[in-house]
Amino acid sequence: MTRNRNMKLASVAAFLAIVFIAVPAAISLSGRIDLYYTLTSVALLSIASAGVWLTFYIGRINIGQGAYALMGAYVSAILVMDHGWSFWLTLPVAGLFCAAASVLIGLPILRLRGVYFAMVTLTLTEVARLLALALPITNGAKGIVSIPLPGALSVFGLTIIPDFATLQNSRLAFYLLAVTLMVACFGVMYRLVHSRIGKLCQSLQQNEELASSIGVNIAYLRVIAYAVSSFFGGVAGAIFAAISQSIYPSSFTVTDSVNFMLNCFLGGLGYVFGPMLGTLVLYFGWDMLFQTGQFQLLIYSGLMIVLMLVLPNGLLSLTVPTRKKA
Amino acid sequence: MAEMLEVSGITKRFGGLVAVNNVSFSVREKEILSVIGPNGAGKSTLFKLISSFLRPTAGEVRLKGERISGMAPHIAARKGVVRTFQETTIFKNMSVRENVIIAHHLRSKASLVGYFLGTGTAKADEAAFGQSADEILALLGLASLANEIARNLPHGHLRALGIAIGLATNPSILLLDEPFAGMNHEETMRMVAMVRRLRDLGLTILLVEHDMPAVMKISDRIVVLNFGQKIAEGTPSEIQANEKVIEAYLGSEDEAIGL
Repeated sequence: MTRNRNMKLASVAAFLAIVFIAVPAAISLSGRIDLYYTLTSVALLSIASAGVWLTFYIGRINIGQGAYALMGAYVSAILVMDHGWSFWLTLPVAGLFCAAASVLIGLPILRLRGVYFAMVTLTLTEVARLLALALPITNGAKGIVSIPLPGALSVFGLTIIPDFATLQNSRLAFYLLAVTLMVACFGVMYRLVHSRIGKLCQSLQQNEELASSIGVNIAYLRVIAYAVSSFFGGVAGAIFAAISQSIYPSSFTVTDSVNFMLNCFLGGLGYVFGPMLGTLVLYFGWDMLFQTGQFQLLIYSGLMIVLMLVLPNGLLSLTVPTRKKA
Repeated sequence: MAEMLEVSGITKRFGGLVAVNNVSFSVREKEILSVIGPNGAGKSTLFKLISSFLRPTAGEVRLKGERISGMAPHIAARKGVVRTFQETTIFKNMSVRENVIIAHHLRSKASLVGYFLGTGTAKADEAAFGQSADEILALLGLASLANEIARNLPHGHLRALGIAIGLATNPSILLLDEPFAGMNHEETMRMVAMVRRLRDLGLTILLVEHDMPAVMKISDRIVVLNFGQKIAEGTPSEIQANEKVIEAYLGSEDEAIGL
């Protein structure tokens, strides 16, 4: 038991050392500054994917995370641009806004199961895009551009995070921000899944009727899980808008929603850290196939099919024994 | 004996079809009451009405005087009316013990946030659930299978697990949906003994069943349905002698009503 615990602590420490020290060190030594942007994207996309993973965990196929990422991005951008809010304040607000919206949307649609829920969520992303085009507040197809970089964050006069615009290397700052949030997000996910809440989610996934017969308020639990999921989507979207300093209706499309889902599939639906690994592999895999030119998509999708056939439980099933003792 | 559950004038229509028509009866505390009837008599519908999986068109179900019909199933469960399922409905990918532990949900004192943070209350809950789960598994003879993944269990044990899940909710009345279906004689007798033991431990049980010999053996009282209506109610020997019941079952073998 203690040995197991020590192992866990050691791997967490190793992971933190890699993402916070080794990666920045390696990048500054090799001078490949562009990798910061790539890895920041991976971290953010994995946060959004973690949300999708959570909806999988209650037995719902969610292809609508793009909608919440877009929503979060617009909420943050509008609050910063039109109302002069600090980016740091808009970050949780964007997440909470998405969570609240997902409660309203989720209440009716979470009654659907299987492919029906998947279809509705797929439409959701498209609806979000069309809304962003049509609403006056989002500035239509022109989007919102020249969003200022995040300012300083001070609490009681103490500056915790410096103004990004004054930094020499804002890319490193964004990388550290994204990775910190990713670590926090997966910490929350791990705790959720390994507490009784995780078991309750599993009970929904495996049999909703039985779950309700033992007194579980299934409607409530589904909405909670979906809200947490959308919160992650909104936060990831908000940071994206801050990094690219712009947001357009086409910033998050159906393709992104599908990718969020694929990240979960690829990493493994049975493993909390599946979406993180899946995002990393998928993002770099796609980039590496760039050299194959017109065959990129063909090879990519072929590989995905093969991977799903050979490893239906995801990449992590290669390393972790198929079932851990409870 | 005090009345535990009271079904009064309950009716369920599906479009033009009246599946259950103005049925009334009551279940007394610590008795085993069986509902029987030929195929299509409305047993399953009645069962779902009592467990609040269906909303009645008219009439009501009361538990210890409190109305429970027309509420959500998890509310009925909270009040103390808990059902098992006809199919082998379990949490397939959890271990047997996990199945029973999760079913202690209604006894939890900590909130979701409490569980997330791992507060003292949450930890106490977990410990209490684990202990209680072990006791239930021992009672139903599943202790040796506690760490088995539920989907690997043989048929008879699955049924027992279904009952274990029901027991974990600490119900006032346990509704069993065809507990003997698909069992051979020996398994049935073992199940009969098990259900009786639960009754002797103070549980009130209502069951819906096809297997007549088992019903005659196990029941304190029997309610007979035919075409959605109650045609008889009484002790097993009264039911066996009832003309209406014999008529309803005419065409089926005499054996079917234990003659």
